[in-house]
Amino acid sequence: MKTYEELKAIRERAEKEVALRTHGGASSRYERHVLVCGGTGCTSSGSMKIIAELEKQLAAFDLTDKVQIVKTGCFGLCAKGPIMIVYPEGSFYSMVKVEEIAKIVEEHLKNGNPVKEFLYEETLHGDHIKALDETNFYAKQHRVALRNCGVINPECIEEYIGRGGYEALAKVVSSMTPEEVIQTVLDSGLRGRGGGGFPTGMKWKLARNLVPDADIKYVCCNADEGDPGAFMDRSILEGDPHVLIEAMAIAAFAIGASQGYVYVRAEYPIAVQRLRVAIDQARENGLLGKNIFDSDFSFDMDLRLGAGAFVCGEETALMTSIEGNRGEPRPRPPFPAEKGLYQKPTILNNVETYANIPQIIVNGAEWYAAMGKDNSKGTKVFALGGKVTNTGLVEVPMGTTLREIIEEIGGGIPNGKKFKAAQAGGPSGGCIPAEHYDVNVDYDSLAKIGCMIGSGGLIVMDEDNCMVDIAKFFLEFTMDESCGKCSPCRIGTKRMYEILDKITKGQGTLEDIDKLEELCNHVKANSLCGLGQTAPNPVLSTLRFFRDEYIAHVVEKRCPAGVCKDLLQYTILEDKCKGCTACARKCPASAISGTVKQPHTIDPAKCIKCGACIDTCKFGAIIKK
Amino acid sequence: MSKKFSTLPFQGTKQQEEELVAVIEATKGDPGALMPIMQKAQEIYGYLPIEVQTIIAEHLNIPLEKVYGVATFYAQFTLAPKGRYRISVCLGTACYVKGAADLVTRLSERLGIGVGEITPDGKFSLDDCRCIGACGLAPVLTVNDDVYGRLTADDIDSILAKYAD
Repeated sequence: MKTYEELKAIRERAEKEVALRTHGGASSRYERHVLVCGGTGCTSSGSMKIIAELEKQLAAFDLTDKVQIVKTGCFGLCAKGPIMIVYPEGSFYSMVKVEEIAKIVEEHLKNGNPVKEFLYEETLHGDHIKALDETNFYAKQHRVALRNCGVINPECIEEYIGRGGYEALAKVVSSMTPEEVIQTVLDSGLRGRGGGGFPTGMKWKLARNLVPDADIKYVCCNADEGDPGAFMDRSILEGDPHVLIEAMAIAAFAIGASQGYVYVRAEYPIAVQRLRVAIDQARENGLLGKNIFDSDFSFDMDLRLGAGAFVCGEETALMTSIEGNRGEPRPRPPFPAEKGLYQKPTILNNVETYANIPQIIVNGAEWYAAMGKDNSKGTKVFALGGKVTNTGLVEVPMGTTLREIIEEIGGGIPNGKKFKAAQAGGPSGGCIPAEHYDVNVDYDSLAKIGCMIGSGGLIVMDEDNCMVDIAKFFLEFTMDESCGKCSPCRIGTKRMYEILDKITKGQGTLEDIDKLEELCNHVKANSLCGLGQTAPNPVLSTLRFFRDEYIAHVVEKRCPAGVCKDLLQYTILEDKCKGCTACARKCPASAISGTVKQPHTIDPAKCIKCGACIDTCKFGAIIKK
Repeated sequence: MSKKFSTLPFQGTKQQEEELVAVIEATKGDPGALMPIMQKAQEIYGYLPIEVQTIIAEHLNIPLEKVYGVATFYAQFTLAPKGRYRISVCLGTACYVKGAADLVTRLSERLGIGVGEITPDGKFSLDDCRCIGACGLAPVLTVNDDVYGRLTADDIDSILAKYAD
């Protein structure tokens, strides 16, 4: 493909095909499209077997020419996987089983009657069957970065082009100056989605101007999504890899770079493979390589596989790792815009940030800036997980309240439990307690309550989760992942973990809490990179909002949520105990006594809290609290 | 990060060494070639014992200390062999709040090994990992490439039974 005209021709052809999935009708070669999620979540729950069975059944009913099977990226509602959508109706089949396929093929794909019993229960509304975008989970979302995820086949460049893909790159290369591109990104108000929140346009501007005579510059993408519990970057790579290629090419045009690197986690095999396919397709079509769209602009890119180190999410560490070294960060300045990869001017943005760029170029900065709130423009993708009904990916305008995200889109807390807190921002973030349930989720509002959006992990916790235990969980993570280069982080996180461990074992004192707080402030102030500077956040925010839980652990030696094993007391309920003696015989510490057919008792001084008695009791008479 | 060393003697074959050397020679001059080479080496041998690190260091003409430094820095590289069935429990946040720690405890009891260890017969190895990204199915564990989701500790026995051979 050499010209804009050629791109338009492909687009016209492909548009008709994919339009069936968005506005119905249209003139697809097929009567129906069956979209099956091929993201990591649904693949894990068996979607590849669903596709195999579909192929078999379509052949059996002689429908192969009439129905197209499309393996897409993530739809977002991972809790209900494997997911299958049938267009033009938009019928949403959830938790699909292989045995159900034959019936769906015969009744729906052949005879045109959706099989109600297999549909996602939320889409059933009397006689009316709601389409995907009418359900609570999707209706409140606003998809920009995830625009193509779950709509197109990620391994088909034509489908991407059919959805307006590479339009932005063509526009930039043929009719804009680099300065205009940078200005557009600046005006859009887009800020880094990886956690830092630095204005993206500013980063580009610095990289363009700081070293005017640089012989080579680099554009990098951080796809090393290290926050345990965030998976939006992976879903974009799996569901819409071309958007990243297009955006990186635009960034390269803007700053004057010719080579790009994507640093992607080796633990994401599906994402890596699809990105490879996409890069090859882009090269074949002349969208990567020399003289793109017949201009002077040349750009190519390559993958580098990360090997599992959280610190490599930090920009200088990531570049050190691409160079083939231990991924240790270095002091800034000099910033990467001046001296980055191989000491050359470099920009690094994360996947989700890039995914917004083509839309901003096509629709204009004003369009983007109209979404969001105050200094947080646009939309943000959140990975909703933990104790929430609809776990999965959601994209909402910045400033949407936490309550809306969890209650309305997420479907609330399952099993009738109460919302206790949401952990945002992973190991660098903090907990948002119930008293701030109505907080606007944007950069500034969260910062005010000592929290951060981070990369967008949003883990919901209910009354059964212990906040001290959660703080300990994150500290164990940062302690493990600390690279060891600077001592405040290497030693500080270890000492913090030790104190937390002591508290959860009932050996803590009130002084320990004070010491912990002091240590937090030291580590925050003196660490070299973002990892250490933010590692104390989970502790500081739980201390701020759940100090009473810490105090219960050290003063009353009690874990209010019943999580910390060493603080649990095993008790036999008198009214339920039949005196069968099974537990007393099983107890390895001989801590249980009592006579036959009389209620037994546990001596807490002897009890080693192994839990053998609970497993043995047939009457549910033993509880731990 | 602590790394467990192998207690078993190195049993690399001539053929494996040739394969590795070919990889090294092909990518030698590229900037940042060390990590991709080590990833390939781990694919070939299944782990990176000191013998393999030495081959890499000698052929790239860099100090062994540099290879060792990289090998011990990244979680993906392992200095000890893994079991025929590699069990890995996700300890990402979403899995953790839904009880993944109980899965580790139960596995550890049943297999008689701790995290990062391998059973004496070389059949199972047990590891934890940081988020495989299947948070919607939490808690999750993987056995080689099979993913098991929405688990409780009581599911462990039936999973292990599938790998009885």
